[in-house]
Amino acid sequence: MEKLLLGVSGLFLFSGRAHADWTVNLTKGVTEISREIYDLHMVIFWICVVIGFIVFGVMLWSVVYHRKSRGAKAHNFHESLVVEIAWTVVPFIILIAMAVPATATLIKMYDNTEADLDIQVTGYQWKWRYQYLAEDIDFFSSLSTPREQINNTQEKSTDYLLEVDNPLVIPVGKKVRFLLTANDVIHSWWVPEFAVKKDAIPGFINEAWVIVDKPGVYRGQCAELCGKDHGFMPIVVEVKSQEDYEQWLAEFKKADALKSQAAEKSWNLADLMATGEQVYSKACLACHQANGEGVPSIFPALKNSAVALGDEALHIDVVLNGVSGTAMQAFKDQLSAVELAAVITYERNAWGNKTGDIVTPAQIAELKK
Amino acid sequence: MNSSVATTHHGPASGLSRWLYTTNHKDIGTLYLWFSFVMFLTGGCMALLIRAELFQPGLQLIQPEFFNQMTTMHGLIMVFGAVMPAFVGLANWMIPMMVGAPDMALPRMNNWSFWILPFAFSMMLSTLFMEGGAPNFGWTFYAPLSTTYAPPSVTFFIFAVHMMGISSIMGAINIIATILNLRAPGMNMMKLPLFVWTWLITAFLLIAVMPVLAGVVTMMLMDIHFGTSFFNAAGGGDPVLFQHVFWFFGHPEVYIMILPAFGIVSEIIPTFARKKLFGYPSMVYATASIAFLSFIVWAHHMFTVGMPLVGEVFFMFATMLIAVPTGVKVFNWVATMFRGSLTFETPMLFALAFVVLFTIGGFSGLMLAIAPADFQYHDTYFVVAHFHYVLVPGAVFAIMAGAYYWLPKWCGNYYSETMGKVHFWCSFIGVNITFFPMHFIGLAGMPRRIPDYALQFADFNAVATVGAFIFGFSQLIFLYNVLHCIRKGRKASDEVWEGSHGLEWTLPSPAPYHSFSEAPQIK
Repeated sequence: MEKLLLGVSGLFLFSGRAHADWTVNLTKGVTEISREIYDLHMVIFWICVVIGFIVFGVMLWSVVYHRKSRGAKAHNFHESLVVEIAWTVVPFIILIAMAVPATATLIKMYDNTEADLDIQVTGYQWKWRYQYLAEDIDFFSSLSTPREQINNTQEKSTDYLLEVDNPLVIPVGKKVRFLLTANDVIHSWWVPEFAVKKDAIPGFINEAWVIVDKPGVYRGQCAELCGKDHGFMPIVVEVKSQEDYEQWLAEFKKADALKSQAAEKSWNLADLMATGEQVYSKACLACHQANGEGVPSIFPALKNSAVALGDEALHIDVVLNGVSGTAMQAFKDQLSAVELAAVITYERNAWGNKTGDIVTPAQIAELKK
Repeated sequence: MNSSVATTHHGPASGLSRWLYTTNHKDIGTLYLWFSFVMFLTGGCMALLIRAELFQPGLQLIQPEFFNQMTTMHGLIMVFGAVMPAFVGLANWMIPMMVGAPDMALPRMNNWSFWILPFAFSMMLSTLFMEGGAPNFGWTFYAPLSTTYAPPSVTFFIFAVHMMGISSIMGAINIIATILNLRAPGMNMMKLPLFVWTWLITAFLLIAVMPVLAGVVTMMLMDIHFGTSFFNAAGGGDPVLFQHVFWFFGHPEVYIMILPAFGIVSEIIPTFARKKLFGYPSMVYATASIAFLSFIVWAHHMFTVGMPLVGEVFFMFATMLIAVPTGVKVFNWVATMFRGSLTFETPMLFALAFVVLFTIGGFSGLMLAIAPADFQYHDTYFVVAHFHYVLVPGAVFAIMAGAYYWLPKWCGNYYSETMGKVHFWCSFIGVNITFFPMHFIGLAGMPRRIPDYALQFADFNAVATVGAFIFGFSQLIFLYNVLHCIRKGRKASDEVWEGSHGLEWTLPSPAPYHSFSEAPQIK
């Protein structure tokens, strides 16, 4: 049967759909909770199948045997208290039988005892920020699928739309607690294999936790509509053994230190423009568009704009601190000094905005202190 | 009889003024029904655009910004423009004829309730052409996406929702007044046809929750324009409050869209089974229980917002409980068919499909009620599959069944049975090809409201799109059949169906412009 299905699916394969499949069921996942949820799901599913089989069976029987064209004469019974009580009480008992294990699992999910590692997860339009509370680790994670693949000019990769630049890394077998919140609108952090889905809400801190059994790469997506690029903010979690995790920690910190050193070297306009263009496409393009013209009434244009052509200090302030009450985020913590300087320089010199201004990384590093 | 009707009463006025100034329940019913059909096709075109974009991974036809506007408008139009007005139209036509009343209790208000709607929807649709585009925050318009981060057109959306709410509340008041005051002598409450009963209960739900909707959009308006912070965390507000208030309206709302459907099916199945409805009193009590429970389950839409454990458990139990009265209804329908003498005219086919497919939607609803499992299902295509099963082959099929069932009474002619059956089978097959695969992609992990998706969801999405186009275009058969029926269908008898039962079938076909000017006697 599976082979047959695969064969049929083969007929429908379009180019670049190497990963296509016909998955029909929930994942069992890689945590104790996810397996329990899978079992609950299957139990309630089979209960529904059995009830459906009986109800639709009787119905089908009537449709086939009690049809007028077969000469069926209508009986005239239309009331029975006993039957009514029976089909009220029996479903009630089934529901109670179902509610008991469901409640037990729920109680386990709400077990908020101490965790080995706490990570604050913050939803931004349209990326995730991960802060390891006990370590000095803080980074953003955004979609790494190139625009060309989304616009169908390049073949789609296997993990199309489910790949990020900086995945979250956690150790295997440890209780990891996620503290979820959001910077702008409501997001929802969901990794199906962990059976963790929790809304990230501005002004709230929600909790979820996970103990993953086996190392691997697990992928999820934002599950709450959060604006234009809701479909483009995936989650990737790399679960590593304790040694690998510690090695990653060390490497991460080393790379971080290198980044801040980069701010001290001197940068010319061409280098800043080249870096700036990359940063722009990663951090700004979703709203302000590739041509810098924005989207009328929603996202302001940068091309020929008062901010990009006017006072440098104001431009820096907008990018670093955002504009309260609008979709413009504060990028101070999201980007390094070099990236910030490059992107501001880029905005002041791209699309015919020829101010010739150079904002230096050193200048930004000073402001970031 | 007919000639005396013509001499003692005014007929309809001629031309456009007939429709603008009419206070006749039949004319207003007709207006509602055509309006809802136009909205159904409008919302349907949006759905087809959504499905066309989702046919293959990658962005082909529309950009994410416009995609979100389409999902939002599709939902709002189908809920407030297609399904609700269709039921009000059926109520207008049938309730006076079913209870032996000459008209609705408040005929002038009736005119107003209808005529607000075209203006409300013109305003809402006009947002598509505004700078910044139409509302793009989903039909559930969660704050702060719909307040701080909304396009400027949100203000027009709020005003349109207010107008729809006023229309619904007035319609509901009218229905309650008619049923409670204008019943023919001898028509006591436990003799009311089930369609009338379900609408009476629905009307109370409407009156209870539409003001809550008006409240929540007003709070949004205050946040957007008057500097309040109801839903703005930065100002000390609470984004989750929005969801509580919205779903306190929203959950009864889904029963507003299904209870009248229960009523229609409870009329049709006994007619074509030639057997009295099984368990009439239990049907009434079940409807009332569902209505009561609908007020205490709203937070099952919010299992992932971080409610405390007791909250989760309470809303899980209350939600599961709804399966009991709903089950009773399904069992009663099946028992009505059992040992009947069944025929399968188009209304019956739609009613049978309703029972089966609505029940499937009920099953997935029961699965969604299991709170721990809901953490996996929530906001995925599994939910999309669930509510489309209860609303499309649920509410919409019941409306179509009702339209075919009463059409001969309305216009005096039979529709074409062959065309009706073709319409049914195309719709039935189309609906299942569209929505059944959504269960699978939802369980496999595809979130809802995304314009593009990972490659493993590609195959079932392609299948769903094919189904959507089959379903969408087969509605043109329905349109043609209705027009054909009005113009030159075969003449219908007064009782129309062999097994018909109830006051409406004692009137001539077509029903005269004024009926039951003198109240009939009910034994």
